[in-house]
Parts: sequence; structure tokens; C-alpha cells
Amino acid sequence: MDLKLEHHTTDGIEVVDVEGEIDVYTAPRLRELLIDLVNNGHYQLVVNMEKVEFLDSTGLGVLVGGLKRVRAHDGSLDLVCTQERILKIFRITGLTKVFGIHDSVDEAITARKSEK
Amino acid sequence: MATVEMTFTPLPAHVRTARLVATAVARRSGVAEQLLDEVRLAVGEACSRAVEVHQKHCPDEPVRVALTGLDKRFEVVVTNTAANDDGVEWPAISDLGADGQGLPGELGLAVIAGLADDVQVSRTGDGLSIRMSWPSEAADAAR
Repeated sequence: MDLKLEHHTTDGIEVVDVEGEIDVYTAPRLRELLIDLVNNGHYQLVVNMEKVEFLDSTGLGVLVGGLKRVRAHDGSLDLVCTQERILKIFRITGLTKVFGIHDSVDEAITARKSEK
Repeated sequence: MATVEMTFTPLPAHVRTARLVATAVARRSGVAEQLLDEVRLAVGEACSRAVEVHQKHCPDEPVRVALTGLDKRFEVVVTNTAANDDGVEWPAISDLGADGQGLPGELGLAVIAGLADDVQVSRTGDGLSIRMSWPSEAADAAR
């Protein structure tokens, strides 16, 4: 399945809904979207990965790149993911220590708001 | 002789095809369902890495993948023919900085090491091969 990307603003936080496969072929599109969002002043991001079917290290690199960009503006990039097959990749690479990973978009937004 | 061999032009779009074929052959070779995701991801990582190296050094040369049902094992060998691929050092994932700035360029290999039951990286002729294997139960039927 190809990659579908949509985004909307909730409570001042930009939520990016990702559906499909994030790999070496599709990851550049996610990278472009994250760069566009940051360039347009969105520094509080939540990437909803509940409909992601596949994620490889290229995708991880894009997410880390997005995190670096928002942090340069004192922003944040949190993830929503409950799928074990995807979470396993974050655990193997130690990135569970780098990203805030939540069970739902609401939880991610609430957690981010409570830190402000 | 491999159960299935394939070569593909080093383009990112073909990595998905390689993943799908590897998963199908792994299933037919008796790899347990719960391991198929690991096979799919590890083969994708190895092929992505090969594509990247080929695009830098030899874009006209194909990436080679051999899938073999052995005795109680399913083996995948992804070979690149980029003479300038200097081999690899396994990246230290523990070195990842809190801001991700320590993200190693060879993250894909780290993922493979975390997924495959057995991994060997070796120089073969002009290039480099990544050999990975997983346990299988019914490999005899697929040979």
C-alpha cells in the first residue's frame, strides 16, 4: 500500500495522520511534509501512526529529522502508535527514549498540553 | 541453488517488491507467521542499503537477492556489487543522543541485527553481502 498523508490542527497542535508504508520509497514525502509544517510555523507536532503498516530505518530517520527541526524551535514531535510490529522497531533502535509514544491522539495532545 | 533468486535495478520503488517476494518465499519455506514481519523488515533494510550504495557507486548494476530454504532454516542473501562499499561496522545504537543527532548512518544494519536470527556480513568479489537466516519448519517442501 502506498503512503497517505493528511494533517489538521487540534488545540494548536498539528496532527499528521499517516497511512500505509513508510520506506525508502515513500519516506521522502513524509520528510517534505514535516519540513513544510515546520517552515510554516508548526512546531508542536503529533504523528499518528496507527494506520502505518510498515516502517523501516529510512522512516525512522525522517521522524528523527523532524524531531530535530521542531526542537530547534523549542517544539515537540510526539508519536501515536500501539502496533507491536511498529513499536518493536523503535525498541530495537533505542528510539523509545527519544520520542514520546502515546496510545491515542487525544492522549498525546493532553500530555503535550500538560507539559506547557 | 537458491529456491528463488532475483535481481532488480537499484531504485527505491523495487525494494517493496523484494520485500513482498521474500515474505512469500519465507512463508512457503515454513517460517512461522510471527517471524514473517521480521523477515520482511530485515530484507527491506538490506535491500534499501544495497540500493543506496549502488546509486552512489554503480547505478547500472543490479542488486541481487537469493532466498533459500535450507534444512530447518530460511536464508536470505542480499549482495551489492559496489566496490567502494568498505564493509561495515555495527553502529552503536546506545550512542543515540537525546536529540537524535547521534543517529548512525548504518541504522538499517542495526535493525537487521536486531531482527534476524543469524546475520553475517562479508565481502564477496567486488561487493558486500548480507546473509540472514531464520528458523523454518517445512523447508523441505519449498526446495
